[in-house]
Amino acid sequence: MNAETQEPTFVDRLKATPWSLWTQQVLSILRLELKKTVMGRRFIGTVILAGIPVFLFFLRTLVDVPEEAVQSLGGSAVIFAAIFRTFIIRLIVFFGCVFVFSNLIRGDILEKTIHFYFLAPVKREVLAVGKFVSGVSTTGILFSLMTLFAFFLHYLPAGPGEMQKFFVNGPGFFHLAGYLVVIWVACIGYGAVFLLMGMLFRNPIIPAILILGWESINFLLPAMLKKISIIYYLESLCPVPLPPGPITLLADPAPIWVSIPGLLVVTVLILVIAGIKLRGMEISYSSD
Amino acid sequence: MSQNDLNQQIILNDVSKFYGEVLGINRVNLSIPPGVTSLVGPNGSGKSTLLNLLTGLLRPTQGTIRILGTEPSDSQELFRKVGYCTQFDAFPKGLTGYHFIYSYLRLYGHNHVKSEELTWKALEQVKLSDAANRKVAGYSKGMRQRIKLAQSICHQPSVLILDEPLNGLDPMARAEIISLFQELGDSGLHVLISSHILHEVDMISDQVILLDGGYVVAEGEIRGVRSEVQEHPIQVLIRCDNPSLAASRLFEQDHVVEAKIHEDDGGVLIRTRDADRFYTLLNRIVLDNNLKIESVAPADEDVQSVYEYLIGGDGGASK
Repeated sequence: MNAETQEPTFVDRLKATPWSLWTQQVLSILRLELKKTVMGRRFIGTVILAGIPVFLFFLRTLVDVPEEAVQSLGGSAVIFAAIFRTFIIRLIVFFGCVFVFSNLIRGDILEKTIHFYFLAPVKREVLAVGKFVSGVSTTGILFSLMTLFAFFLHYLPAGPGEMQKFFVNGPGFFHLAGYLVVIWVACIGYGAVFLLMGMLFRNPIIPAILILGWESINFLLPAMLKKISIIYYLESLCPVPLPPGPITLLADPAPIWVSIPGLLVVTVLILVIAGIKLRGMEISYSSD
Repeated sequence: MSQNDLNQQIILNDVSKFYGEVLGINRVNLSIPPGVTSLVGPNGSGKSTLLNLLTGLLRPTQGTIRILGTEPSDSQELFRKVGYCTQFDAFPKGLTGYHFIYSYLRLYGHNHVKSEELTWKALEQVKLSDAANRKVAGYSKGMRQRIKLAQSICHQPSVLILDEPLNGLDPMARAEIISLFQELGDSGLHVLISSHILHEVDMISDQVILLDGGYVVAEGEIRGVRSEVQEHPIQVLIRCDNPSLAASRLFEQDHVVEAKIHEDDGGVLIRTRDADRFYTLLNRIVLDNNLKIESVAPADEDVQSVYEYLIGGDGGASK
């Protein structure tokens, strides 16, 4: 058969679809944004933020650790779970996402560089996705590294023998993988929310504080209201359950097949709104 | 006008833009054919508003815009056809000149090899190849202007929109860039230039659009616009061997309001209210007086003159 009359292959057909172009555009935006983010001053603040738990866990390795904490890694796992939920997710990841995502589009507007993208043959919706993917990549990688270091530093005082038992024969790697999944899902969920907040509000820190307040009182909320939050689904994904506090209103944790797809659906909806908002955005920083 | 013709033009239909209660442009109707078109007007006349509307950076309050059949809101389709060199002088952080253009071409959808090839071609066209690997943030004003131009032409658009493209360029660079615009206009592109440097854009413009206070004051071929300005006598420069004799003979006619010997004594500048009668008369005078004519050329069929007549003063236009 002549080459000119050959039927197009699946790959050829795929390349001819807009999805192929959109994927390339998202990857181009990702490359550009990673370069910009890593060189930006704001990123230094986020790195310092991510370094705080690592530094605190490192300090802990330098001081005497109670004998029972070393010998009972099970108890130690609960301590890490508590720190992870209350400090790492609720504060570090939360504010890291506020800094990174709320500035993804707002930062370009303030620096008067958004026209670079607006003058390119890129759908604004694709731009919103590209920016979001770059934010998730940045925060996901940074906070995964943070969690990895914090996790190992937490168990380091137990000594190499106990650690080997915990990671090789025990649930160590399962716990670690679970925490990393929570980190990425948190970056996706909070990221989408703060990307939109950065577009809707002149000062996104105010809605961020309101959201933090709502997330912080989640344990006091009735089961129905608990579900209108991100932290509820993140805590449901955590590998080590915590005993409820004396004033906690109990609610069944969401199953994994609800938590992850549910947050992803909400993320997609928020990105659609961000795309629509971006599509209608005008540049008004010029003068005649 | 057929659909095919509509798809070859830039069309604005009853377009208005208001910023709250402040007028940007009002009820603009334009049909811009291929070639070089100058957009002129004083500061605040609505030039940048018009260009930003054409490129979808602003949305019209009312009316419709089509660029070669595409709506400006369809950015993916629009910027395959359009290149826009803005006045905005901010660039994404940390990029070199090369990466600024290359990233744009990757966003366009070109692969690495094609993007690289087109990047170097565009940099070569604006004479920035040597500075390609330097950060844009460290570029001079003129270099930044040229890298913006490179970005607007790198994907070989059919429509080139340029907002004050000559700002910050030295005379040599201006001449080179103007010649590039002329080349692009001659090759069938739509080149729309907003500029204060009227005498330079005048050299290459086929059409002119005059804006004042958000309204289109005049539009069309420069000669046609000039001929519609009845209240200002037409100026003609005649270069001949005996300008004094020519001046005295021509000044006897009632429609000739002024006859002035040119500064270099090599010609006479005539102002007349009736161009047709003037040219008929000129033939007779030349024959009767045995004058040797070197050239006869209109002296005010240019953007600068039309601007002065219709808008008044130099309107901030600088030579």
